[in-house]
Amino acid sequence: MTDTASTASGKPEEGESRRDFLLLATSTVGAVGATLAVWPFVDQMNPAADTMALSSTEVDLSPIEEGQSITAVWRGKPVFLRRRTAAEIEQATKDDSASMPDPQTDAARVQKPEWLIMVGICTHLGCIPLGQKASDPKGEFGGWFCPCHGSHYDTSGRIRKGPAPKNLLVPPYTFVGDETIRIG
Amino acid sequence: MSGSKIEFKNPVLKWVEYRLPIFSFIDSSVGSGYPTPRNLSYWWNFGSLAGIVLAIMVVTGIVLAMHYTPHVDYAFLSVERIMRDVNYGWLIRYLHVNGGSMFFIVVYIHMFRGMFFGSYKEPRELLWIIGVFIILAMMATAFMGYVLPWGQMSFWGATVITNLFSAVPFVGEGIVQWLWGGFSVDNPTLNRFFSLHYLLPFVIFALVFVHLWALHEHKSNNPLGIDIKGPQDTIPFHPYYTVKDLYGLGWFMMFYLFFVFFAPDFFGEPDNYIEANPLVTPLHIVPEWYFLPFYAVLRAFTDEFWFFSWFMSWVMDAKLAGVVAMFASVLIIALLPWLDGNKVRSMRFRPLSWMFFLIFIADCILLGYIGAMTAEEPYVTIGQWATLYYFAHFLVIVPLVSRLEKTGQPPESIAAAVTKKTEEV
Repeated sequence: MTDTASTASGKPEEGESRRDFLLLATSTVGAVGATLAVWPFVDQMNPAADTMALSSTEVDLSPIEEGQSITAVWRGKPVFLRRRTAAEIEQATKDDSASMPDPQTDAARVQKPEWLIMVGICTHLGCIPLGQKASDPKGEFGGWFCPCHGSHYDTSGRIRKGPAPKNLLVPPYTFVGDETIRIG
Repeated sequence: MSGSKIEFKNPVLKWVEYRLPIFSFIDSSVGSGYPTPRNLSYWWNFGSLAGIVLAIMVVTGIVLAMHYTPHVDYAFLSVERIMRDVNYGWLIRYLHVNGGSMFFIVVYIHMFRGMFFGSYKEPRELLWIIGVFIILAMMATAFMGYVLPWGQMSFWGATVITNLFSAVPFVGEGIVQWLWGGFSVDNPTLNRFFSLHYLLPFVIFALVFVHLWALHEHKSNNPLGIDIKGPQDTIPFHPYYTVKDLYGLGWFMMFYLFFVFFAPDFFGEPDNYIEANPLVTPLHIVPEWYFLPFYAVLRAFTDEFWFFSWFMSWVMDAKLAGVVAMFASVLIIALLPWLDGNKVRSMRFRPLSWMFFLIFIADCILLGYIGAMTAEEPYVTIGQWATLYYFAHFLVIVPLVSRLEKTGQPPESIAAAVTKKTEEV
C-alpha cells in the first residue's frame, strides 16, 4: 500500500524500479527453484542404491585349459576369461606396433600374459562378440568377431577392423590366488 | 476456424451448444462446415487412416496393459499368457503388433504424399515440422514397445539402440547408465520403457491435435498444389470426404486384417519368441522393418568408409558419425520447406523433380534392404553409397533441381481445372 502511495506521490521512477526489482527477484528465485525441483525427477532414473551395491565376483580359473575361454557374469555383464596359447600371446605382442583405432600394447591389457580378462561387450553398440567357443567365428585377427555390425578384435581384444571405436574393456581385477581372480 | 455457424433445432443440442460450442466445433473441423479442396485424390486418405490406426493402437494397448507384467522374470511369460490364455488375447495382441507396422506404412505413404505434392511449402512449413515430430515420437514409442515382450530381439534391440547414446563425447556412458537405470538393459529399463510406452501415444495424440490445428488454418493442399481461391474450389468435408475416407478405410482394414488373421508374424522376427538372454547375442540383429533404412545409415559409417575418413574422422569417431547421420537422416526431412526453392508445389508440374523423387523412393527401399542384410560385402559398400545418395538428395539434388528446373504452368484454379476435365469427358 505504501508503494502505491509513494508511486502516486510523484516518485514514479523509484516505485517502478522497485517493482521491477521485486518482479525480477521473485522470477529468478522461482525459476531457480523450479529448475532444482526437476533434478530428483531426472536423477531417479540413474542406477538405484541396490543396483550400485552389486558385489564383486570371484572366479576360479583352474578348470580352464590352455586355449579355452569361459564367460563369467559381473554387474550383469559378461566377462570373457581366456587362457591364451603361446601363439596367441606372440601374435598379440607382435601386433603391438600395428596401426589400429585404439592403440594399446598387449602388456598394458593383461596382468599375466596367459590370462586375458575383458568385459565381453562390443564397444560399438553393446552386442556380445563371438569367439568364446571353439566353433565360433573369431574374425580376421583370430580373436573375437561381433556379428551385429562386423567388428573384428584380435587375440588381445583390441579393435582391428569394423565400426567399434575402442578395445574390449579390461575390468578392474586382482589375483587373489594363483588361479583365482576377483573382478570389481 | 471458418465455416458458418450451424443452427440447431433440437432443444438439447441447442442447450449444450449455447454453453459449450462443441457441435459447431466438430462441424467446422470435420463436418459440413469445413471447406476442403474439391480435387483431393486417394493419396489424401492416409492422414485420417493414420489417426484411426493411432486410435486402434491406444485401445488395444490399454487392454494389453491389463494383462502384461513389466518385470524381467514375468514379461515374456505374461505375453505368452496373453497369447494362449487370455480371452481373445491373441487377437488383441496381433492387432497391436501389426497395427504398429500399419501405422508406419500409412505414415510413410502420408509423408511421401506430402513430398510429391509439395505439402510442406509455404504456408504449411510448421504443419510439416510438427509432422516430423510426430514420426520421431512414433519411432520412440515403437522402439520401446518392441522391448516389452522381452524376447531376444527386444533385449538386443534395446541394447544396441540405447548404446547409440554412448557415442556422445564425455557424457555418453553416463547417459546410457541413466537410460538403463543400471549397468545393462535390465529390470529398471523394462519398467521405465513400459511407463513411457504408455505415455508417448498421448503425446502423439496432442501433437496430432496441433498438426490438425495448423492444417485447418490453411486447409489441405491438393494434387494441383494451388491455393483455394474461393468457395467454388471447395466442397464440404462432410459428407464428401467422410465417405471417401470411410471407403479407403474399408480397403485398409482388409489389408490390415489380412496380416492379423493370416500372417500375424509376417513383420516379426522369430528370434523374439526366444526369451531374452543377456549372455547370448542373436547371430543377426535386425530392427523392425520400419527402422531398416535408418539402421542402414547408422551402419554405413565405418573407419573404412572413404567419406568418413576424408571428411569426418578429424572431428569424431566412426561410431558417433553413424549416430549423428542416423538422427540427421530423420531431422533433415524437417528442412525440406527451405531446401526446396521452387514456388510450384506439385511435382505434376515439375517433371525433373518427379524423376528424382522416384529415385529417392528407390534409394529408401534400397537402404531398407541393406539394413536387413548382414554387415558384409557387397552390402556395406552399397549401403554407404545409398546413404550418400540419401543425403545428396536433400542437400544437393533438391536445392539445385528445384531452383533450376523448368516447371509447367499449373491451372488457374482448382475449379477451372476440375470443370475443364468434366467438359473434356
